[in-house]
Amino acid sequence: MSRPVLILASVLALAGCAENAPRARSASSEAAAPGPGKGKGYSHDPFPSTYRAYPGAPTLLTNVTILDGEGGRIDNGAVLFRDGKIVEVGQGLTPGAGVTVIDGRNKYVTPGVIDIHSHLGDYPSPGVEALSDGNEMTSPVTPEVWAEHSVWPQDPGFGRALVNGGVTTLQILPGSANLFGGRSVTVKNVYARTMQAMKFPGAPYGLKMACGENPKRVYGGKGRAPATRMGNIAVDRQTWAKAVEYKRRWDKYEDKGGEAPSRDLAMDTLRGVLEGEILVQNHCYRADEMAVVMDMAKEFGYHVTAFHHAVEAYKIADLLKANDTCAAVWADWYGFKMEAYDAVNENLAILEKEGACAMIHSDDQNGIQRLNQEVAKARASGRKAGFDISEAAAWRWLAINPAKALGIADRTGSLKPGKMADVVLWNGNPFSVYTRPQMVWVDGALLYDANNPKLRPVSDFELGQPGEGDVK
Amino acid sequence: MIKTLLLSASAMLAIAAPAAAQSVAITNAKVVIGDGTGPVDGGTVVIRDGRVVAAGAGVAAPAGARVIDAGGRWVTPGIFAGFTRMGIIEIDAVEGTNDSSAGSSPFNAALDVAPAVNPKSSPLAVNRLEGVTRAVVAPDNSKGSIFAGQGAVIDLGADMDPVAKPRAFQFMEYGEAGARAAGGSRPAAFAMLKNALFEVRDYVRSPASFADRGKDALLTRADAEALVPVVQGRVPLLVHVERGSDILTILALKKDVSALRLVLVGATEGWTVAREIAAAGVPVIASAIADLPESFEQLAATQSNIGRMKAAGVLVGIGTINQDEARQARWEKQYAGNLVALGKLPGASGLSWGEAFATITSRPAEALGMAAEFGSLKPGRHGDVVIWDGDPLEIGTSATNVFIDGVEQPMTSRQTRLRERYWDPKEGALPKAYQH
Repeated sequence: MSRPVLILASVLALAGCAENAPRARSASSEAAAPGPGKGKGYSHDPFPSTYRAYPGAPTLLTNVTILDGEGGRIDNGAVLFRDGKIVEVGQGLTPGAGVTVIDGRNKYVTPGVIDIHSHLGDYPSPGVEALSDGNEMTSPVTPEVWAEHSVWPQDPGFGRALVNGGVTTLQILPGSANLFGGRSVTVKNVYARTMQAMKFPGAPYGLKMACGENPKRVYGGKGRAPATRMGNIAVDRQTWAKAVEYKRRWDKYEDKGGEAPSRDLAMDTLRGVLEGEILVQNHCYRADEMAVVMDMAKEFGYHVTAFHHAVEAYKIADLLKANDTCAAVWADWYGFKMEAYDAVNENLAILEKEGACAMIHSDDQNGIQRLNQEVAKARASGRKAGFDISEAAAWRWLAINPAKALGIADRTGSLKPGKMADVVLWNGNPFSVYTRPQMVWVDGALLYDANNPKLRPVSDFELGQPGEGDVK
Repeated sequence: MIKTLLLSASAMLAIAAPAAAQSVAITNAKVVIGDGTGPVDGGTVVIRDGRVVAAGAGVAAPAGARVIDAGGRWVTPGIFAGFTRMGIIEIDAVEGTNDSSAGSSPFNAALDVAPAVNPKSSPLAVNRLEGVTRAVVAPDNSKGSIFAGQGAVIDLGADMDPVAKPRAFQFMEYGEAGARAAGGSRPAAFAMLKNALFEVRDYVRSPASFADRGKDALLTRADAEALVPVVQGRVPLLVHVERGSDILTILALKKDVSALRLVLVGATEGWTVAREIAAAGVPVIASAIADLPESFEQLAATQSNIGRMKAAGVLVGIGTINQDEARQARWEKQYAGNLVALGKLPGASGLSWGEAFATITSRPAEALGMAAEFGSLKPGRHGDVVIWDGDPLEIGTSATNVFIDGVEQPMTSRQTRLRERYWDPKEGALPKAYQH
């Protein structure tokens, strides 16, 4: 018992030194020592990103149709990027000296696809037990586990998502067995030796939460709470109540000093949510449950950033809008479980029509390779039902909208000057089934070119195996 | 006695005529026959008594037929889903609605999905209004046996008569799933298969004495009886197999039991042994665009699998084993479209449009030996015809009219009703429950 405490205390001391914490504004007279300052009581980033953009040539894509990811469209346009950043987007751009010019006639350019819900790396291929690291199914409340500690950077799925799907950024979440599943991690879709070298610099953490069938089935099946939906919410609220208290103790200590409260890694995560530093990404299918969860958030002073798998979001599009909560959904999954029974193909369209924040997601190692087609399906369903959505507006569902819900919209998610040059050149209209990525850049580095077999990523796992380096 | 009763029941199913089949002539159509050829403009499709009479250019609308002017739109055979579990599962995770497998049953090969097919199962309506008219329905196996049971071919018509052909095939697992079910290894799965074939021969020699073997038997009388038509080559044996070397093992079975009519299902690594499959004359109902090494028997997965097998001369249709097969047969259109898209990808092997469309219509029917009945608009085939508002493989194209056995189908489902109710999500003068 004493050893962990000692280790934690020493980590704490190091963190305090490393960050050169400022003195508390006003140390109270009874405090033995001044507080370390707000947010300085312990490290919030012990596994920092070591991602570095690969070098890329200054590039001008010309004669292309541009969907900028924020709803804008430019026909016969051009995109210039240099040093990893978008420089200019418009018409009639002229290349400067040393700029590689790519004629994109009959092709489309979009920002890289962002998947807000993936299990690549924590449920990788091959799907063997030894690599199944997505659900810490030992307690319904595990906010202390971090998906990034499960992510296997050699998952062949990363490469498929890049070359077939144009995916440049993805959020990897823990599974949904637990009410509090743990922290998510957002990564750039670039192979690396370590998870940290994929980690999106500066992206906030998410907290994966889950409603409904999964937690009550998993734990009810073990004869423990929660066994019902009411049990789900009871355990949730009890946990949040504890987190509020934890936050109060740590806030006080960081401000006024005194004896440091004992660390609780689970509570650290929840405190981060209550501070607004960690975003709640909440697996929830049913409309009535989403409504309850949004009120639970108000009760404890946090905000649900997005409901994922929100099959019934369309039923409460107005309520989601009023709460400024997004819905991340599939185009047409339905019926595989009871809470997915009321799916409609027009879910995204109705959300869009009602002005709610909506986006596509995959939750699937195959679906992530075709999110453009999923958006195309959802858009077509909406149009057939009588709500016209432009291609440019629909592209927000896999660009700026997920970027916002991941807290990275200032850096990626659209083709705007100064943003990361995460760019896909499609060999046709990406709303067509007959279109595939032609070239994909991440931070301005060309990491896939359909014409260049050397630019097909091969993960360690696939090296020396049948099919190595094959077109996939 | 029991056997006779069962047979007569199935005979009744087989001859039941569609209730409201009428003569229909769809004119001014972009006609796709479904045999691998491309579309033909200005064509006509004639259906009479539930069957296709003629289709193509230069076909005249017969007198008295209901004439539908397609206005130049696409008219094709309905989608023939090559491997599904539609109609036997409403919700996978709700046990009482899931008739795909039976882990506690003493039987395996004898299990027959036909009586379980529920024509009111919601996936049928969902898929019907997206142009899927017919489906191969397979049972799933359970621990203890590689044999899953006898599958059926169903139609998706909105009537109470879904089974077009009961006991159309036997389905079994080989590879990892077969090994797991048989006790833990591929040799165990293979031993179970060889033993079953041996015992079936025993049964054929003396059905009466077979029942007396008691607990020593590794195959029940009912299971043995169900396997007789398989061994005699009267119904095909569908084998789920993924790894290249496993495919060769299964192909070699024909040396022992020459009458076997094998059909490979899944076949992710089929391209690695495509010449051998072609030489054996064994058709494949393949997963379309699986490209991940999701298991160690799928290491060579690539979306080019089907294109490469086709190029090697293998008869290939698309099926959806382990791909939400209880409800998403409609995705086969998208899968086929993706195979066409591969044609633009350097180094990849795709399919022509006509061939891609055939992989979801005539080819799977052909694989099961039913091409004379289903899967194309050739004369005499069942009148499963769809009018589309665009290219049926393109995303966003809808079926506008669906005929099954010549009967025009309703174009609603639970999903369209929910969409209508919630198109404006806000509550009105009365609760939503009063809006129907």
